[in-house]
Amino acid sequence: MKKILMQGNVALCEGAIAAGLDAYFGYPITPQNEVAVHMSRRMRELNRVFIQAESEIAAINMVFGVSITGKRAMTSSSSPGISLKQEGISYLCGCELPGVIANIQRGGPGLGNISGSQGDYFQAVKGGGHGDYRMITLAPASVQEVYDFAYLSFDLTEKYHNPVLILMDGYTGQMMEPVQRTDRPPIPAKKYKKDWVLDGCKGREPRKIRSLLMNEGELEELNWKLKKKYDKITDTEIRVETINTNSVKKLDVILIAFGVASRVCKGAMNIAREKGKKVGLIRPLTLWPFPYKTIEKLAKKTKKILVVEMNLGQMVEDVKIAVGDKCKVEFLGRPGGSIVNQDEIFSKIK
Amino acid sequence: MTKILKRPDSLKPARHLYCAGCGHGIIHRLVAEVIDELNVREITIGIAPVGCAVFAYDYFNFDVTEAAHGRPPAVATGIKRVLPDRIVFTYQGDGDLAAIGTAEIVHAATRGENITVIFVNNTTYGMTGGQMAPTTVIGQKTATTPFGRRPEYEGYPIKICELLSSTEGVCYLERVSVNNPKNVIRAKKSIKKSFQNQIDKRGFSLVEVLSMCPVNWGKTPIESCKWVEEVVTKTFPLGVFKDKTV
Repeated sequence: MKKILMQGNVALCEGAIAAGLDAYFGYPITPQNEVAVHMSRRMRELNRVFIQAESEIAAINMVFGVSITGKRAMTSSSSPGISLKQEGISYLCGCELPGVIANIQRGGPGLGNISGSQGDYFQAVKGGGHGDYRMITLAPASVQEVYDFAYLSFDLTEKYHNPVLILMDGYTGQMMEPVQRTDRPPIPAKKYKKDWVLDGCKGREPRKIRSLLMNEGELEELNWKLKKKYDKITDTEIRVETINTNSVKKLDVILIAFGVASRVCKGAMNIAREKGKKVGLIRPLTLWPFPYKTIEKLAKKTKKILVVEMNLGQMVEDVKIAVGDKCKVEFLGRPGGSIVNQDEIFSKIK
Repeated sequence: MTKILKRPDSLKPARHLYCAGCGHGIIHRLVAEVIDELNVREITIGIAPVGCAVFAYDYFNFDVTEAAHGRPPAVATGIKRVLPDRIVFTYQGDGDLAAIGTAEIVHAATRGENITVIFVNNTTYGMTGGQMAPTTVIGQKTATTPFGRRPEYEGYPIKICELLSSTEGVCYLERVSVNNPKNVIRAKKSIKKSFQNQIDKRGFSLVEVLSMCPVNWGKTPIESCKWVEEVVTKTFPLGVFKDKTV
C-alpha cells in the first residue's frame, strides 16, 4: 500500500478505525479539534457512531456505555479536558472495562496555552483519578507511530480490559508525515473472551457491572486482582527503543526522552556523535509500564544520563528510581508549551 | 387456589435494603412489572445511579450497570447508540439527575436519545443522610438546611419536567407519584408508556416519580405519604408535561 501524507490527529482516527472502532465521542478543544472533525465525517461514512458530546465528562461516560456492551469506543481531548475525564477513567479501571483515550497535550497548568507540551506525564502514569489503578500509556513520537499505536491500543485495552491512554502532544497531533496504513484486518470481535458484557440477558443469567464493593474485604480483593493484572502488564508490555547504546563499551551520555522531545534528542545526538562524543538514546514507548530495567542496565555503561522533557521534570523521577546511584542523572526541560531545541541539548552533552 | 399476585420475573428474590416507607421498592416493582408485561426483560439494560438506588443491580433480574454520579444519561447514550435494538433505561435520583447530572440529562433530552429515564424525586439526598437536594421545597428542613430552605440563601427547587418540556428532542414527560394506590396505578401507566415509546422508537421519555423518604424527612411512612400530597405536589404538580404521541 502506498504511503499517504497524514496529520497526527487524523492518523489517530484512522489507526483506531482500522482496529475496528465502533464509536467515537469528543468535545472541541485545541490542539486536537481535527480528531472530531475527521471522525464526524468518517464514522458516518462507515455507518459507525460519532457524537459531539456536551462535555469531556459526558464523552468518557459514553465510552463507558459502549465499553460495557463489548463494542469499541474512543475519546480524545487535550490536557484540561483530560483532567475532566479522570473520574471516568477511574470507573473504567474499577469496572475493568476497555476504552481508549488520547491526550493531545497542551501547555498547563490551568487553561495554559495551545502549544504542544508534555506536562501531563504524572497525570497519565501516576493515576490522575482517584483510587489504586494503572493505565497503559503509549507515547508516540511520529505520525506513523500515532497510527500504529492507535491500532495497538485497541488490542491492549481488550486484552487486559483496562483503559489505554495514547499520550500525544500538540506537535504530534498537528504535524503531517507520510503514513503506511496497515493491511491487517480489524481486531476480531471475539479475539478476547467477553463473558462480562451487558447486551441483554437472553439465554444467560443477568450480569452487573459495578465498582461499588461494600462488603468487608470485597474491594481489597478487587484491588489485589488488579495488582496481579498490572504485574502481568508490567512483565509483558514494556516497549522501549534504544539507539547507539550497544555499539561501545562505555558511553559518555545517554539521552532519555519520549514523544516529540525524543526527536529533538536524536538531532542533538547526531551532532554530538559527529563531534566524537559517544551518545546513545533510550526512548520509552510505554510510559506505564515504564522500562526501569532497560534504564538500570544501561546506566551501568554510561558516565551520565540526560533526561529531556517538555515540562519541569516528571519522567526524570522514574529515571532516577531506575538509575539509583549507578550514574549521574541530569535534566533539561522546557515547560509551558515551549519546545527544546537540539543546540540546548547538545550544550548539555558537551 | 390461583395465585394472582407474584413477584415479577424482572425482580430477583432478593431482600432489599431500602428503609421502611421508602418509595424505591414500589417504583422498582412498577418498572419490573412493566418490563415483564412488555416482554423485554432479556433485551433490557438498566443503569443504576449513585445514591440509594445504586443497589438496583442486586434487585433487578436483568443486565444492570452502575454509572458515575450524574452520568447515567451519557452511559445510556453510549449503550443505545451501539445497541439500538436493546431497551435502555436510567434510574436516577434527584441529586444524580437534577444537580451533578444536569448537563447530561438536558443534552440526552436535547439529542432526543431513544431511552427511558425513571427520575425519582424525594426532595433529598437519601444515601448521604438527607442533605438539601436541588428539588428540596421551600421551607423544607434537611441536614444542610437546618432552618428550612430559604429562597434568598439556597434558591428555588428545580422543576425538571417543566424545564425539559421546552426541549424539542423530548417525546414524553410526566410527573407521577407513588404516595397512594391511585397514584401508583397512574405511575405504572406512565412508566409503561415511557418504555413503549422506546420500543416504538419515539425518542426520549422521562417519568418523574415523587417518592417518600420517611427517615430523612423525620416522618412516619404514613405522614410521608400525606406530606407528598399536601406539600410536595404543590411545588411539583402531577401531570403530563409533554406527549408527542398524541
